[in-house]
Amino acid sequence: MKDGAASVSLETLTIADPGPEGPGSDSARQGIETRASLPIAERKRPRRRGSRLNTYLTPKAEISRRESLFVALGVWLLVVGGWAGLTYGHVMPEIFLPTPGSVVGAFFRLLGNGTLGEHVLASVQVVVLGFLISSVIAVPLGILMGTFRIVQAALEPLVNFIRYLPVTSFVPLFILWIGIGIEQRITIIFFGTFFQQLVMIADITRSVPKDLLNASYTLGATRRDVVVHVLAPASLPGILDTLRITMGWAWTYLVVAELVAASSGLGYISMKAMRGFQVDVIFLAIAIIGILGLITDQLFRLMRVRLAPWAQ
Amino acid sequence: MMLNLTQEGHPPLTSQATPPQLRIQDVRLEYEVRGGKTVLAIDNISIDVPKNEFAVIVGPSGCGKSSLLYLIAGLAQCSGGSIELDGHETDAPGPDRGMVFQSYTLFPWLTVRENVEFGLKRRNVPTEERERIVNRYLNEIGLAAFHDSYPKQLSGGMMQRVAIARALANDPEILLMDEPFGALDSQTRTQMQQLLLNVWERDHKTVLFVTHDIDEAILLGDRVYVMTSRPGRLKEEVVVPIPRPRTIDMVMDPEFIKLKRHILDLLKNEIHDEAH
Repeated sequence: MKDGAASVSLETLTIADPGPEGPGSDSARQGIETRASLPIAERKRPRRRGSRLNTYLTPKAEISRRESLFVALGVWLLVVGGWAGLTYGHVMPEIFLPTPGSVVGAFFRLLGNGTLGEHVLASVQVVVLGFLISSVIAVPLGILMGTFRIVQAALEPLVNFIRYLPVTSFVPLFILWIGIGIEQRITIIFFGTFFQQLVMIADITRSVPKDLLNASYTLGATRRDVVVHVLAPASLPGILDTLRITMGWAWTYLVVAELVAASSGLGYISMKAMRGFQVDVIFLAIAIIGILGLITDQLFRLMRVRLAPWAQ
Repeated sequence: MMLNLTQEGHPPLTSQATPPQLRIQDVRLEYEVRGGKTVLAIDNISIDVPKNEFAVIVGPSGCGKSSLLYLIAGLAQCSGGSIELDGHETDAPGPDRGMVFQSYTLFPWLTVRENVEFGLKRRNVPTEERERIVNRYLNEIGLAAFHDSYPKQLSGGMMQRVAIARALANDPEILLMDEPFGALDSQTRTQMQQLLLNVWERDHKTVLFVTHDIDEAILLGDRVYVMTSRPGRLKEEVVVPIPRPRTIDMVMDPEFIKLKRHILDLLKNEIHDEAH
């Protein structure tokens, strides 16, 4: 009957062995094990420490903040430098590729006469409105779709059908129905984002672990409680990620709408610039869209940190 | 004392002054697998758990012991038989049957305090009383200092301690525990068993505990129900005559080892039976 005791001490030994400092430091403390574990320590030791190249080539190894900033900046400089070289070196004719200087010039010119502010505002207004209307409906409906099989069964086939229709193919129809005003552009953004949001949010809610629901039922939660106090908060980080991703798509559809039929916005001035061969303005519009996208992305990132600090 | 209780099952109609807190009668569980065939997971199990008793179900994996807890909790439906709590047939899940799960089921968006508070809030317990109860249980599990932490900042053992506090704070009639320490390393598991023994000594809450660990079953239980593998049947009811309060060291007592040998033999035969 001693085997019970023997197995216990064996277990403690095996548990005491590893640890974050590695086998080397452990064996130093446990005298008797030293000789036995030394060769293992030697074998397990990774290649030379200290070599940065070694770190860079190790899968998933962390690098310092300074290093990541440095390489990010390097790539930007490379791109802008290449651009400058191509244009100032007259490799590309300026009518197709403007110099960085002329794009900056276009920025100040359009900023000065108020055109830029006006059109940026028009674009932001449309994208925010379309995105908000879509999200306000998609979030609760998506949660319901992920919660109740009957809602899923009712909506999913239809939604998946519409989801794969290219939004652009609806543009002529929307122009016929709604005209070329702001409502038409909002409708295109709505159509482009809503069905995607719905499916993604439903997936997030559906993947909430069943045992979380079970636990809340045994704690006295009602079915309503489970939706409001378990499924909704559990889905929040995923929903915020979905909104962040679909916001990017909303920008894409906005520009599509503005290119086809609009009298304001960044896509519109781009289109107008094309007719006048003002390549610098086209470049400017693209850059502004990119920068606005970057800003909204950071806003969403901040929102996620604020609203779901527990899921960082 | 528990030790003097008979080892036989209770007669169907008992005239005892105190009926069992939990009465499981002829419970069956069948489920359908692909191809329309039905599989019998639990075959006519009857168990009576008296008030203030710590009952343990031990059995090989896949014997339906966890399913039985889900049936009692109301999280799944029996195919036959009845489950009564305090003389009333149980139905949908409710706060009278608290449960601690094997998987980590703390709500990740709530702090430790808010997790323990969850059931109390659902039942509209007034704020002051809520605070008093939560503080009491946080102290009992030794995690008062972590009340503002989120679950992901805790270790596995700490999370299960909070899960126990969360279930107990609701003051259930019976606490169902589904291999709550199964995912923990052996040292943490030992600590958790001692903690559970200490917590249990304070109010002798009725517990039905499921495990596949024989040491754990004997150490914790007043009575151990040994189950057969699929279909799950009750093989034997073993009374544990080891006095309380108990400590981890008792796993080395001759009496403990004798019981362990006995249950091991029961389960060994079980594996043997399975092979034929």
